[in-house]
Amino acid sequence: MSVGISLASDHQLARLLQIGVVLEEVAEARAAKHASESDVIDAEVRTLLESAAVESAEHRDRLEGLINGLDAETVGFKQIEQLVEQQYETGEEFDGVLYDQLCTEETAYKFYDDLIEAIEGSDARFSVDRDSLLRVLREVRNDEEEGAEAVTELME
Amino acid sequence: MNTADQYLKAIYLVQQLEDGPASTGAVAEQLDVSPASANEMIGKLESRGLCHHEKYKGVDLSEEGIGRARDALQQYCIIERFLLQVLEVESFRAEATQLEPVIDETVAERLDTIINRAPQCPDCFAHEEDVCSLLAHERDVADAD
Repeated sequence: MSVGISLASDHQLARLLQIGVVLEEVAEARAAKHASESDVIDAEVRTLLESAAVESAEHRDRLEGLINGLDAETVGFKQIEQLVEQQYETGEEFDGVLYDQLCTEETAYKFYDDLIEAIEGSDARFSVDRDSLLRVLREVRNDEEEGAEAVTELME
Repeated sequence: MNTADQYLKAIYLVQQLEDGPASTGAVAEQLDVSPASANEMIGKLESRGLCHHEKYKGVDLSEEGIGRARDALQQYCIIERFLLQVLEVESFRAEATQLEPVIDETVAERLDTIINRAPQCPDCFAHEEDVCSLLAHERDVADAD
């Protein structure tokens, strides 16, 4: 076991990007489910959730583009959607839906922030262009930050 | 998971194996670090009230240290299960160890929403095999099918 963040290979990078894809898939599935099934949310929240689901799908595409450059595969959305469905548990009340969405945005933000830090601290040479990799991840991270702010504003 | 939590988890696992205080050498070995590094970190953990270190005897986690170690072990179990059940990674134990420092608690909680994990986690963790005993059993059943 090693202590501290160490990102030393394409394989490790691909694995972390795969986790990012799954997080986006979970986010997309949960936001879409809330938006389509919740009776307690208003039009503004429904629009936010629908936009969040679309944004997660876009992020997933961007991450998959990076993963393809590393000659690895991703987990299909249908598989994750089914897993989300099987384990789905959340508060049905208004605050529960928004709180869940806030957790989603903050979790993704934290994940990308840690991943960016790990890449910046690594001397490894990856098969994908490092500048492009970091640019995509920073843009996605910024989207998540803005998403968290949008949810927080609605909660206030 | 931060470095302190990785140390607490390692001390916890060594204490379980040794059924008593964990020797610094065993903790260092578990983490693949030098005994000097382990000593330094254990000193820091002790100053935060997370463990008690007695020379020639070893390290004992405090109640707070045990709580944090068990949380860290749960996170590790989530990563192992996620790698095996969702990404179908054969070498899930080795990869969980590599990924552990990069996976934050909040991320592990999110991954936990799509895996099956027993309520008694982490008590079902088999320390010697470095894997949840239930997961090992589930794999045997799946292989037999």
